[in-house]
Amino acid sequence: MAGFAPESSVTPEIQRIAPRETQYLRDERTPNRFLVHRKVFTDQQIFEAERRKIFDKCWIYVGHESEIPKPGDFVAREVAGRPVLFTRNKDHELRVLLNSCSHRGAEVCRERRGNQKRFRCFYHSWAFSNDGDLINMPDEGGFPEGFRKEDHGLAKPEQVDSYRGFVFATFNPEQEPLEDYLADAKYYLDLTADQAPDGKGMSVTPGTHEYSMRSNWKLLAENSSDGYHAIPVHKTYLDVQRSRGDDIAGSTEKDWKDSHAFDLGNGHTVTVKQAPWGRPVARWTPSMGEDTKETVERSYQRLVEGHGEERAEMIANLDFNMLIFPNLVLNNIMAVIIRTFYPNQPGHMNVTAFSLAPGDEDEASRRVRNESFLSFLGPAGLATPDDNEALESCQRGYEARPGEGWSDVSRGMDKAHPANWDELQMRTFWRRWDTLMGEEA
Amino acid sequence: MSFRYAEEKKVSSEKFTRAEVEDFLYYEAQLLDAWKLEEWRDLFEEDGHYIVPSTDNPDGDLAMDLALIDDDHEGLRGRVQRLMSTYAHIENPRSRTRRIISNVRLWDHDNGELGVRCSVVVYRSRVPGTTSYVADVHYRLRKQGDSFGIAFKHAMLDHHTLRDVGGVLSIIL
Ligand code: FES
Ligand SMILES: [Fe+2]
Repeated sequence: MAGFAPESSVTPEIQRIAPRETQYLRDERTPNRFLVHRKVFTDQQIFEAERRKIFDKCWIYVGHESEIPKPGDFVAREVAGRPVLFTRNKDHELRVLLNSCSHRGAEVCRERRGNQKRFRCFYHSWAFSNDGDLINMPDEGGFPEGFRKEDHGLAKPEQVDSYRGFVFATFNPEQEPLEDYLADAKYYLDLTADQAPDGKGMSVTPGTHEYSMRSNWKLLAENSSDGYHAIPVHKTYLDVQRSRGDDIAGSTEKDWKDSHAFDLGNGHTVTVKQAPWGRPVARWTPSMGEDTKETVERSYQRLVEGHGEERAEMIANLDFNMLIFPNLVLNNIMAVIIRTFYPNQPGHMNVTAFSLAPGDEDEASRRVRNESFLSFLGPAGLATPDDNEALESCQRGYEARPGEGWSDVSRGMDKAHPANWDELQMRTFWRRWDTLMGEEA
Repeated sequence: MSFRYAEEKKVSSEKFTRAEVEDFLYYEAQLLDAWKLEEWRDLFEEDGHYIVPSTDNPDGDLAMDLALIDDDHEGLRGRVQRLMSTYAHIENPRSRTRRIISNVRLWDHDNGELGVRCSVVVYRSRVPGTTSYVADVHYRLRKQGDSFGIAFKHAMLDHHTLRDVGGVLSIIL
């Protein structure tokens, strides 16, 4: 397998990146050190600055096109702290509308999902199209001369765009185009989208995991690709898989093969490896059960037919954990998870997670996928709840001595080729975060 | 897989009394509250299922959609193995739980299984805080000796999300 390594990986991190010392970060050379000040997890002013400098500036994930396949389909959700309607107009175009009435602010839609041509506000009955235009209201003649309906549409993000089915919005008029922003992350979005070799493309499975953590959101950005924690935190998951017949040594270096960590540009990161678990697309292991072997092999055959041997091998066998800055995780592991999270306090975040699967997956394959997903992932999975506990435990530590202390994120810093159990991926996130936080809002 | 009862005013079983079904449900609750999870697991039939649907999709397609928990016998075995370990970090120390079961309704299925529906409140206390889960629980039970085996347990949470009930669901309902 080749082709997955970005240009940035040619030059070792400490030669490629200039050292820096700010109020938040110590990124030092000779000796190499990387420290993050713990006030970034507890401080209310830093949290408010993040809303303006990070979440109001970056491209933020909204949803997947498959969630709203038909004109009029909509999903109501929170994006970057704002309630939005993710919808499609009559011409099939994607729309993201603020779910807050231009009249006096009430929600114009009270359902969580559905199909509607109009959104009618329940407070005074103003009605909006799914382009966000104000269509009509009761007693139109009562408004003063000069009142124009076209001035009273629903607010919208500055830009909305999608890449291979993944839809993003930004509230920043100066933000660069989405494709430029995504930089080398596009390669991995392609690898994910290509899991559906024919037919309907990839599709979000109905059933959303909506949960929360009493910890700062940046801890989850770190944790989602932290290879160093997998063995100690997820021992029970690995033990269960081993007891089902999988070949698991219980040692990071033995179990995660061909492992690398990469800087994908603009703060996006990925770790790649071949992990010890099975993958519905398409790597069978004994823990999946003898009766599923044929189903998984059929999935592999479909990849070969659609993409040829070489790419099929890459799609089937390359496990990766990707972070698209600031708050989108796309983990392509024992299943494909889309995970996004947003803070509502320095010490609390809401997490939303979806399973992404080939749109034309049959029942047998879906069964393999759902079992594989839930064996590890989700707020009732055999692994994710322990991540919650680890992050909440860290947060309790920070809150016990607010504004004090530094966290060490230096692992693998002086390696030419860091692995997933090193911390290049986190340093890449933190450097981007620090740069944006240092800019004027 | 149909497990719903008909929306009739009055449903009951011709073969079983509410009291014997309640005895079984209270026994199951006692095992769970005492963390005797291996004994709880063994209440399930070989082809048994334990399902908790996602909170935004309570009536979803059991064959295709993503649930929170979707355990067959092998899944149950793994879940219990994990929860008995001190390495299940979120359950170390273990939650204290107390289940209250009420509103028990029963009806006979054509295949001889017994349909049960009940309301369950589970108080769950950890050192960092206490929460409670409320669920609408459906069973399909099979007569086994002087008791029952669980062929199907479907616990539908009465919460829109898990966000205000402890963040996650690391216990068995
Ligand atoms: S607030 Fe919506 S119509 Fe008045
Ligand atoms: Fe983890």
